[in-house]
Amino acid sequence: MTIDQIIPALPEVFVACMIMALLMLGVFQKGALAEQDVKSFRLISGLSVGVLGLTVLLVVMLADRQLMAFNNMFVVDGFATYAKVLVLVASAAAIVLSTGYLERHGVARFEYAILVVFATLGMMMMISANDLISLYMGLEMQSLSLYVIAAFQRDDQRSTEAGLKYFVLGALASGMLLYGASLVYGFAGTTNFTVLADLLKGGEPSVGLVVGIVFVVAGLALKVSAVPFQMWTPDVYEGAPTPVTAFFAVAPKIAALALFTRVMMEPFGDAAASWQQVIIFISAASMILGAVAAVAQKNIKRLMAYSSIGHVGYALIGLCVADETGVRGILVYLAIYLVMNVGAFACILCMKRGDRMVEQISDLSGMSKTHPFIAFALLVFMFSMAGVPPLAGFFAKLYIFWAAIEAGLVALAVIGVLTSVIGAFYYLRIVRVMYFEDTEDPLDAGISRELKLLIGVAAFIICFFFIQPNLILDPAAAAAKALLAG
Amino acid sequence: MDWPILSLVTFLPLVGVVLIAFVPSDNPENARRVALWVSGGTFLVSLLIWFNFDRTTADMQFVEEAAWMPMAGISYRVGVDGISMLFVMLTTLLTPLCVLASWEAIKVRVKEYMIAFLILEVFMVGMFVALDLFLFYIFFEAVLIPMFIIIGVWGGPRRIYASFKMFLYTLLGSVLMLLAMMAMYFDAGTTDITKLLTHDFPAQLETWLWLAFFASFAIKVPMWPVHTWLPDAHVEAPTAGSVILAGVLLKFGGYGFLRFSLPMFPEASVMFTPLVYTLSIIAVIYTSLVALAQEDMKKLIAYSSVAHMGFVTIGAFTMTVQGIEGSIYQMLSHGVVSAALFLIVGVVYDREHSREIDHYGGLVERMPAYGIIFMLFMLASVGLPGTGGFVGEFLVLLGAFQANPWVAALASTGVILGAVYMLYLYRRIIFGKLTKEHLSKIKDMDKREIAVFAPLVIVTLWMGIYPSSFLDVMHVSVENLLKNVETALAAAGHANIAGR
Repeated sequence: MTIDQIIPALPEVFVACMIMALLMLGVFQKGALAEQDVKSFRLISGLSVGVLGLTVLLVVMLADRQLMAFNNMFVVDGFATYAKVLVLVASAAAIVLSTGYLERHGVARFEYAILVVFATLGMMMMISANDLISLYMGLEMQSLSLYVIAAFQRDDQRSTEAGLKYFVLGALASGMLLYGASLVYGFAGTTNFTVLADLLKGGEPSVGLVVGIVFVVAGLALKVSAVPFQMWTPDVYEGAPTPVTAFFAVAPKIAALALFTRVMMEPFGDAAASWQQVIIFISAASMILGAVAAVAQKNIKRLMAYSSIGHVGYALIGLCVADETGVRGILVYLAIYLVMNVGAFACILCMKRGDRMVEQISDLSGMSKTHPFIAFALLVFMFSMAGVPPLAGFFAKLYIFWAAIEAGLVALAVIGVLTSVIGAFYYLRIVRVMYFEDTEDPLDAGISRELKLLIGVAAFIICFFFIQPNLILDPAAAAAKALLAG
Repeated sequence: MDWPILSLVTFLPLVGVVLIAFVPSDNPENARRVALWVSGGTFLVSLLIWFNFDRTTADMQFVEEAAWMPMAGISYRVGVDGISMLFVMLTTLLTPLCVLASWEAIKVRVKEYMIAFLILEVFMVGMFVALDLFLFYIFFEAVLIPMFIIIGVWGGPRRIYASFKMFLYTLLGSVLMLLAMMAMYFDAGTTDITKLLTHDFPAQLETWLWLAFFASFAIKVPMWPVHTWLPDAHVEAPTAGSVILAGVLLKFGGYGFLRFSLPMFPEASVMFTPLVYTLSIIAVIYTSLVALAQEDMKKLIAYSSVAHMGFVTIGAFTMTVQGIEGSIYQMLSHGVVSAALFLIVGVVYDREHSREIDHYGGLVERMPAYGIIFMLFMLASVGLPGTGGFVGEFLVLLGAFQANPWVAALASTGVILGAVYMLYLYRRIIFGKLTKEHLSKIKDMDKREIAVFAPLVIVTLWMGIYPSSFLDVMHVSVENLLKNVETALAAAGHANIAGR
């Protein structure tokens, strides 16, 4: 193997090397005193964000042609580039979000940032996987880091419980995925996506292969928390420390959805007729459950969990369509979903009273008077998630429904718009609490600069996306084209 | 004209938003002044449209076009014809009056309030000038955000219920329209409204599209039986919120029927005309009777709005020149008159903080000027000749008589009922002896309040005495609309209707 065969995986290699370096740095920085811990935590967090930033540059530099490596197990194309940039941005934002919280709660250990970067490396592997084996490898690398992060606040019962739940159900997902992969291998004789695609090009897939695909779909659905495999989401979201929830809600979702899209479109794209119905059911059920179950929630993190289930349902409409417009819809959706969620979670992280985090929706009351900026930003994110124009969330839904109508999936689109009206009800509830109700017990005033900056940037993007939508639409279209061509 | 006057009118209020939001000031007076100057300036700029408007052509004027989302063929495209131009004027006229009317009524969060109103103006004007389906939709729905906030933050005791009801009702209607718009794009290959006006959709698709648009517009108008959000929203909204709601937002539905349903889906429109007639007549008669039973002034006027909007929908679907012009005229005059009536309620509400009709009585003794202005608009609402209300109702009935005499006959009962409940309201509030102790010190209107009403008085009388200056503006556009409809119907074999 020569060096230029590794070139496609250069960003991943870079990240892996940097993780080792940061780990060493952290270990040697670590001192006996708690203050030193915090110092090394800050240093490593800052460096990790820098590493992720540099990786974005590397990823973008490799863009615009299809490259294979490691015996065609690893692929870099426009689709992978797009998804990786999103994941890297999401992870960097998650690290920035977490610093203040972890310091306040006395869990400012430098391993946190490193674990996040580790998980990100796994996500990048997932996105670039071109073989069921490399897919599984990436997925596990991501998942194992995530299990640890979920339980990061190890003295806290809720956090450890969340970690355990996530681990058990994640392992179940991995098991199903592996079983499906083994069936696929058994009936097709290969695990490579390109070869699988060639095999399926001609005739009908055999029954065993379809069963295999369904198991793979089930495993992936668990990872993206789509109905009927969503049950872990609310508990893990609620139990995990809030910045961890913020991370879970965005980067792994994007990576898993990108992986989902690649697996369905590339190796199994020609068997679309056999799996389309399954995805249609998953998508419709996720939209309905996400909307209906969220109505009764009182805890804002649980609400966000159901909201994310709903969002996954919308994104999966694009997969039901199974063509270039659909994939474009998914990619646009993911980018906007990323910004909305980072912003919303940054606002949730501002919710503290007497240095304790609070997470009931009713705690937000009167926020528009005590924190006008945060309240306005959260209002923007909520209206955007509800899909009200001219905010970005509307365009995300527009492109998804666009694909659905073009493909004639009118019923699915109608379910989508109706559930978005139900969704509007609970998003508006948050606006109501902030703007229409008063409080005697306001939230703490001090809000860290990083949070304010993130919230400001996210709100700006959501508000003014409509001025230049092509900044996201064009790359998304190019990425979708690259996936379908490859 | 070379410079983008429509975009200027649309986005000028944003200057005020930026000024109010980013110039730090603790004095709410500044926010009020900025909002007044900016919205007043917007009105003055919009007068340029009025004076430069070519009344001899049905083409879109002042058209601007810019690429926006070329991938889907969606572009930023604005322009006005004789129908939309009048609504733009109505919007720019009412907004500064709303700011003025809220001068003293709004005491908390003045900055946010003014920002919400200016943003609302942007969306409202944008909706009327949009010439692209999706641009239209964006403005159409975006209006909900500031309206939701206005009702929810500055509204009455049941404001939360009212704001949610308004938001969810209208959202439910409009999301179906969004899907219909996409279907239109995939059939016609364009989102340009001017091109879609003459596009012929397959009959079955057309029926579905018509229903989807109807769901949205009927809720917006609102038509019976989906009108129930309106009384709640009106009662709970602050005065200026009610003014905008009745003055402009209700016109979205009627405008939508004339811009989309009739010209784009003519066959379906003919097919569903009996449905529209039925619902409209129920609205006219039933909500008039409901209005008669109200004890709350705002609720009474809200129900009267529903009844008046019934005339609008009847007129639009008569497919006659008189009917359609009457329907537009009715919308304009209702925009002015009902806005004025809500302001009139606001005047006494600011003093007494009660909207109960029984709370008042014999006000003429202490408030003669108020009595006169109230009388004028009460009579305009009834449709007295010499006021704008008469022309609209008369033309609608004229059109309806040509299309279906029964409809005209039933609709005319609405005129009588309208007179009943309005005169009854007026008698109970203004006439009689001032016997109620708490009213003995009530003050007549001050200069600011008279300044708010003066433009509305002028416009109402102008509309009543010299309607041609408005009818001339819309005439060519309406004829062109009907010509398109008739061509389409003739092509589809509806000879009997086309022959009219």
